[in-house]
Amino acid sequence: MSVTTETDQRGWWRRNQMRAAPWLFLAPGIAFFALYVIFPIFQSFQISLYRWDGLGEARYIGMRNYHELLDDPAFYTSLRNNVKWLLLYLLAIPGGLFIALFLNQQVRGIRLYKSLFFFPFVISQVVVGLVFAWFYNPSIGLFNPLIGLFGLGPMNVLGNPNTVTYGIIAAGLWPQIAYCMILYLTGLNAVDPEQVEAARLDGAKGWRMLWYVILPQLRPATFIAVVVTVIGALRSFDMISVMTNGGPFGSSRVLAYYMFEVSLSEYGFRMGYGAAIAVVLFLIMLVYIAFFLWRMWREERGY
Amino acid sequence: MQFSFKSVAVALAASTMLAGAAQAELTGDLRIFFNDQNPAPKEAMEGMVERFQEMHPDLNIELTLIDREANKTQIRNYLTANAPDVNGWYAGNRMRPYVNAGLFEDVSDLWDGPMGEELASTRPALTLDGKQWGVPYSYYQWGIYYRQDIYEELGLTPATTWDEEKANCQVILDSGRKCYTIGTRFLWTAGGWFDYLNLRTHGYDFHMALTAGEVEWTDERVRETFANWRELIDMGAFIDDHTAYTWQEAQPFMVNGEAVSYLMGNFVVAPMREAGLTDDQLGFYQFPEITPGIPKAEDAPTDTLHIPAQAQNKDNARAFLQYVASAENQTIVNQTLGQLPINRNAEVADDKFIQAGFEMLSNATGGIAQFFDRDADAELASAAMEGFQEFMVMPDNLDAILTRLERVRQRINEN
Repeated sequence: MSVTTETDQRGWWRRNQMRAAPWLFLAPGIAFFALYVIFPIFQSFQISLYRWDGLGEARYIGMRNYHELLDDPAFYTSLRNNVKWLLLYLLAIPGGLFIALFLNQQVRGIRLYKSLFFFPFVISQVVVGLVFAWFYNPSIGLFNPLIGLFGLGPMNVLGNPNTVTYGIIAAGLWPQIAYCMILYLTGLNAVDPEQVEAARLDGAKGWRMLWYVILPQLRPATFIAVVVTVIGALRSFDMISVMTNGGPFGSSRVLAYYMFEVSLSEYGFRMGYGAAIAVVLFLIMLVYIAFFLWRMWREERGY
Repeated sequence: MQFSFKSVAVALAASTMLAGAAQAELTGDLRIFFNDQNPAPKEAMEGMVERFQEMHPDLNIELTLIDREANKTQIRNYLTANAPDVNGWYAGNRMRPYVNAGLFEDVSDLWDGPMGEELASTRPALTLDGKQWGVPYSYYQWGIYYRQDIYEELGLTPATTWDEEKANCQVILDSGRKCYTIGTRFLWTAGGWFDYLNLRTHGYDFHMALTAGEVEWTDERVRETFANWRELIDMGAFIDDHTAYTWQEAQPFMVNGEAVSYLMGNFVVAPMREAGLTDDQLGFYQFPEITPGIPKAEDAPTDTLHIPAQAQNKDNARAFLQYVASAENQTIVNQTLGQLPINRNAEVADDKFIQAGFEMLSNATGGIAQFFDRDADAELASAAMEGFQEFMVMPDNLDAILTRLERVRQRINEN
């Protein structure tokens, strides 16, 4: 009896300290997340219902921006390019894995080779874009002499609507492969040598060893690699901006770039339309985010 | 719109003082955002500020140079928050979004004085809704810059008619060269071609009606302009792979003699000279006549200074713009820039190309256009210039391009 009265006499703070502390520590993070992430999401929804040039008065037009989006050929081009980016960018994962396997050996100077392979990830995306733009340049670039060695005709990679997106993705893969490589190199350090030894005694070699013994142990690394690669593909904005400005005639745009172009670029004064594109992009990403969260939740329950 | 009695009074006072050559000592601050960091414009602007500072030693002038391209997007931010007292921009419809939003100061009071008469030639370009919104300091001609030495070698003379132009081009193509260099990566260069083909095919009034959104893009007359363009494209007159190049990257083709001419603004002369072309090798001619009898109109983009509506020191800004507009200043500035002064009392530099441009523009009976992206609404400009680039690569897509542009035009007009 006396114990309970004693606890009751402690102040609210002392009674709820254990429960409140984590929330207090989280509070700044939550506040800023709400202000800079959650709130703008709803704000974008709201702006997408208006016609607004970003300077003057906004006028409510209901769903008209979305209707327009539905028969805007540029929107579909961007969407298609987004899909290309997502699929082809995933090549960075096997690419990074094989370079990591190749570099995962004890040779004199291996650290130097590892750093050289990692180098493209260290330099800025803008610089990578510039270097590749020069590389592809049909009059001074190295690309045409290079494919000329194999008897292939000169190509205007960045100026041709059929090749431009692949050209930019190839440029983007260069640093992304390096990133995946580093993830796998650290993953390979954690591979249990005893299991490898045991598998070897059982006669596993080559592909079977990789598939059944090494890869399962690299699962955490693979998971992170997929996540960063998908995110990298979806924010492919800077390369496109530097290498082509979305051209020629809009054929290398992705949704993020198209959004920027209609609302914030030199001639872009359509905040409402840009917001509508942003909302669509958000909904697409939401599918991915939902899948990601569902997987995390399932795994946490599983173990 | 802020339009105080005080500012009018000060402006009037300033103009009378200039007339009387008296010096009013200005004090306080003057913040200027100028939209070019390239060597010549930088020197010109710094010179302007220096001379103005000498006239007003107690004035605290702060000059910020912004990259030309960066300024095109930054202007929205600085006009709405932390506005300078003077900022650089462009004439024509490109002022429209900021005028409509009430972000530019109405400077009609400056134009009412003698300054307005001296700058009369560009008054229409600075006028929107019957008021003037800025002051020009320079403009430059567009036209065809060509390799005089190659023309001589092939026995050609610059064309004055469309048939001659095509005949010359055929000779050039037969000699294994391209007629025109162009880099369309940033689209606007194709806008220059459209401007000239349209101005020469249908004249100034039609071109202005089209850029103002009053004519349908699917109109037969628009198709005629594109048909003329297509003649050159089908001949293979333009360099290959132009979609990959900027306007600067397109220059080596002409310097190396792989292409013979370049439809461009006069700012191309300085880099061409730096690349080693002498005045004997580089020539200039007016874009030839296409439809006989149509008075020739020219593109001559005007560079301007404006006062943001939220400026803190508008009186100082007005005095500065008065000085910018003066004949003395425009003579010096344009000598530095290698461009043409707008003040009719200013002197034109003794330079082959500037003189040629001055003569051409003085006789431009058809009218003076600004440039496609300054005459047209921003949204239409971006869609149309993208269409021009597509047309240059895939001329068969013309129908789809024009339908698309017509949709954009209709949507803009709905507003």
